[in-house]
Amino acid sequence: MCEHRLRARPALGIDQPDVVAVGPVRIAESMGTALGSLASRRGRDDEVRRIAADAGIPLPAPGQMVRQGDWAGFWLAPSQWMIEGPQDTYEDIAAVLKTIFGESASVTEQTDAWVRLEVTGPLRPMFERLCNLDLVRFVPGSATRTIIEHLGCYVLRQADDRITLLGPRSSAASLHHALISAARSAF
Amino acid sequence: MNARVSGTFAGQGELFGFVKGDTRPHDPRYSGDGVRAGQGRDATSTPERLPGGLIDRSRSLEFAFDGRSYRGHPGDTLASALLANGVRLMGRSFKYHRPRGVLTAGSEEPNALVELRSGARQEPNSRATVVELFHGLEACSQNRWPSLAFDVMGINDLLSPFLTAGFYYKTFMWPAAFWETLYEPVIRRAAGLGSLSRAEDPDCYDKGFLHADLLVIGSGPAGLMAARTAGRAGARVILMDEDFVLGGRLNAETLSVGGQMGSAWAQSVVAELSALPNVRLMTRTTVFGVFDHGIYGAVERVADHLPAPEAGKPRQILWRVYARQAILAAGAVERPIAFRNNDRPGIMLAGAVRTYANRWGVAAGRRVALFVNNDDGLRTARDLDAAGVDVAAVIDARAEGDRLPGIRHIKGAVVTDAAGRLGLRGVTFRDGRGREDRIACDCLAVSSGWNPAVALTSHQSARPVWDESIAAFVPSPNGPKGLKVAGAAAGVMSTHGALATGAARANDVLEELGLPTQKPELPEAEDAPVRLSPLWHVSGAGRAWVDLQNDVTVKDVRLAHQENFRSVEHLKRYTTLGMATDQGKTSNMLGLAVMAELTGKSIPETGTTMFRPPYTPVAMGALAGRSRGEDFKPRRLTPSHRWAAEQGAIFVEAGLWMRAQWFPRPGETTWRQSVDREVLGTRKGVGICDVTTLGKIDIQGTDAGVFLDRVYANTFSTLPVGKVRYGIMLREDGIVIDDGTTARLGEHEYIMTTTTANAVPVFRHLEFCRQCLWPDLDIQLISTTEAWAQFSVAGPNARRLLQRIVDQDISDAAFPYMACANVTVCGGLRGRLFRISFSGELAYEVAVPARYGDALVREMMAQGQDLGVMPYGTEALGVLRVEKGHIAGNELNGQTTALNLGLGKMVSKKKDAIGMVLSQREELARADGLRLVGIRPVDPKAVLEAGSHLIAAGRDPVAANDDGWLTSVVHSPHLGHQIALAYLRNGASRLGERLRAVNLLAKTEVEVEIVSPHFVDPEGERLRV
Repeated sequence: MCEHRLRARPALGIDQPDVVAVGPVRIAESMGTALGSLASRRGRDDEVRRIAADAGIPLPAPGQMVRQGDWAGFWLAPSQWMIEGPQDTYEDIAAVLKTIFGESASVTEQTDAWVRLEVTGPLRPMFERLCNLDLVRFVPGSATRTIIEHLGCYVLRQADDRITLLGPRSSAASLHHALISAARSAF
Repeated sequence: MNARVSGTFAGQGELFGFVKGDTRPHDPRYSGDGVRAGQGRDATSTPERLPGGLIDRSRSLEFAFDGRSYRGHPGDTLASALLANGVRLMGRSFKYHRPRGVLTAGSEEPNALVELRSGARQEPNSRATVVELFHGLEACSQNRWPSLAFDVMGINDLLSPFLTAGFYYKTFMWPAAFWETLYEPVIRRAAGLGSLSRAEDPDCYDKGFLHADLLVIGSGPAGLMAARTAGRAGARVILMDEDFVLGGRLNAETLSVGGQMGSAWAQSVVAELSALPNVRLMTRTTVFGVFDHGIYGAVERVADHLPAPEAGKPRQILWRVYARQAILAAGAVERPIAFRNNDRPGIMLAGAVRTYANRWGVAAGRRVALFVNNDDGLRTARDLDAAGVDVAAVIDARAEGDRLPGIRHIKGAVVTDAAGRLGLRGVTFRDGRGREDRIACDCLAVSSGWNPAVALTSHQSARPVWDESIAAFVPSPNGPKGLKVAGAAAGVMSTHGALATGAARANDVLEELGLPTQKPELPEAEDAPVRLSPLWHVSGAGRAWVDLQNDVTVKDVRLAHQENFRSVEHLKRYTTLGMATDQGKTSNMLGLAVMAELTGKSIPETGTTMFRPPYTPVAMGALAGRSRGEDFKPRRLTPSHRWAAEQGAIFVEAGLWMRAQWFPRPGETTWRQSVDREVLGTRKGVGICDVTTLGKIDIQGTDAGVFLDRVYANTFSTLPVGKVRYGIMLREDGIVIDDGTTARLGEHEYIMTTTTANAVPVFRHLEFCRQCLWPDLDIQLISTTEAWAQFSVAGPNARRLLQRIVDQDISDAAFPYMACANVTVCGGLRGRLFRISFSGELAYEVAVPARYGDALVREMMAQGQDLGVMPYGTEALGVLRVEKGHIAGNELNGQTTALNLGLGKMVSKKKDAIGMVLSQREELARADGLRLVGIRPVDPKAVLEAGSHLIAAGRDPVAANDDGWLTSVVHSPHLGHQIALAYLRNGASRLGERLRAVNLLAKTEVEVEIVSPHFVDPEGERLRV
């Protein structure tokens, strides 16, 4: 990490990322993951997949999320993925990806476009009050975009009892409020 | 009179039930001998209790109706508890203010509407028949004054000859102005349902989503059997019922199923289903509508049976159910027969009378007569007789068939009149030989047969079909896809039939789902045929009610026919038949049957009106969910929001964004003082404004330049790397959508900036272009609006400030006007720098990853102290841009072309771009069309009004003389007077001209001079220092 004099702020909370427990559910902001979007240049899908395979970067199928070593990826659109890496290692993730993929793909930094919320606990009663996701079918390893609190969010099912939610950073407080309200309603 | 009436309601020691509720002198004609009073009653409980029922007699609940206290039991509804206390008068009718009692025992109730609870939780039009009793419940009757028993507006009943269908259309025609000011308010006060508290609803409501293989609607024998069959096969089943006890009609009958009481069988199935992890049972949940693609709307009343919801818990949840298949097992609704005065309190549906006796242990009357045309109604006589209630007589419209043993069963007779204004005292009937006689009774149980609950099957324009064998409409075979119907809802009226069709439809579903079908284990149950001889109304003098809720009588239907409102849809609108909270569940059939008689057409030829959701009323709160008040929409906060709030900033909504509007300082008493200071401070020193809200779209790909040339009117492919250019984007029709700057950060990498308001529409437009118009181009798009915190740093000291922030050389030589670059700030943090200006000053925009935005603004404020740094808000931003003649949303109003804006030369003719061709249309390209100009008042003290129209001296301020209008007006602290931007006809050649700015709404007129829109630094020298 570079040694500049500006201090990062979480999207929620004042100094430390916000953690809140409502009944059996825990909602915690995480600042530890860097995000970059990766989109194949036209006609260069195969090349991108080959480079990704060599670099150990997963490029999952639609609706999927795959973790592979330090890297994880989930599908965004045809020939477009979100790539995740640990913030400590890949703080400037876009530069790292650009170096790997070169002119075969377009890369855009997305880390701070999103607030990242880790929700753990019994998920169904809470999420059925939030979004149109069928958690019975949305098994661990699933990833999708859905609307929560009028906001386009990415939902990643990490485990039976754990979901990562990526919501628009500027609306972090509203999204957080909606999650807490749903949890209080459910539990 | 009224005081005594309510006194008699308690029924203490009252022997003759048929006189209670009415204090008129005892009419000897109705004082029939042999009234059995109090036999078999539960002496320790309320006066009308019978033994048995699904209530918990070990506990007592106190509740109040119209301020008087009563007791009921857990398991009661408000209606059953009131009847148990001898209260029959529950409401006043809509139009004639006729005294009304309860008609039904379910959600179809048209009459017993009450205001529930008090204060902000007061809810009008609650059906007493579905209100679950709780301790402390408060209910009031409605649409009456001063009291339920004595209602002044009861005069309407005497005026009824004038208040026929369509009376307002005919009566209140003239003068037109009186409608809103006089007629409508008076009518609204006189006619109507409950009143609103006008207080904020203190409860919250949730919205949610459910997914199932099979949704079963209704938990009677058919629904339970369907759920059990599919549940055992492993399907994901959701069973919803509007009631708080599952079992449907089984809880209302004394019929046995599988050798036990029907209700006990239901509970055993419920126990089995509760244990299945793949089955979800939802009580108090009404499926109110069928929508496209297997989506069902349902409302779960989570806390309506409690005095108040628990903290944080919703009162209701609006569920959107995604079901691959659904089975409607909603049963049937009994229908009344119209005869003179058939709306008297105490006249009820036979099935309801039986339900009150069997489920709630309540005798709806002490001496009950029946009026039936079918066998099912006879069950009521048998059940009441067995429960020890005095059955005065069964008046059976059918001449043939067996008589009930031990009960006076009068065949071939009809009821012709009913007496007892505040409560039934007796009925008159006419036998087959035309002889009239009277029977004293305080309750008349009426049955004209049952209508299958076809509403949900008809929600997608399907029309139910007529089944002669049960004289009722049954579901259309072309109903909503994936919705099957079982039991009485399908017209299969016996218990056995319900069980069998429930199992069969579930097996059909299992087959479609690819799951193993189940061998149905059908318990033994009655399988009586429907024996019914249609009878809709008894003709004769007087008013016979068709629709109790809307006070529509047979005469009104006749009048509609006479006035040629004969189609059922016209009938409905003309008479209001079938409208309001009950949607005609007990009345529509009767209304169209009467119309069919009048037109000489058959009932199926007459047809039904269109069925639409909701099946029963849905609270507006449930539709709103959490989206109300502050939470109506999510808010977007800028990265500097916390810091700005610490500075005491005043915020303004800009779409969903909250932006700092100005930053008051101590001693400033008006917003203008703050804004003037921010403007002058920026022009003198340096100002900082959070511009993160502007849309930022990352555009990459080898065809990015080509793409931009096509979406922008001007050229971008020639823009050198490291440079920014201002662009305007047109719609196909040549009108400007948006403007902004686009920076070229690399050979194949651009960052487009949009206005705050158009960030999403522009992104959507670009995606459309990329995916649909030119899929062959190599383009990748993604929004980065939220990823970067971006600040405008403007003013003569802007560079000096940024030199302390940015790590690289940003001298004019190294980083000239309209340059852009990836830089590092504050010792190595990656950032972006753009030398662009909206204010007309030397200005930059600097961006860092959003999490550092807060730290960056604090750092810049700290570093700029000696440079006169100050933050400015959107008001100052607006003043700065108007002083410079820059356009914004007020000018980009969806009607303006580049030419109007004075930017016509930006539309390149050397290339094709969206909107280029149509922007050349003759009318749009007129040389004397609207042009953007500056406006200054001739008198510097004059106040301009935005929206004022420009009119030449001596001309009338009318549209024909309209030369243009003022789009943006600000006070320019720089010039010391107001200035404006305006669109003016032939504006470019009218500089120096004097016109009048006329505002007919504000009634102002100001003499103005037309000037250049560039009030500050027209040569642009400040930008380039």
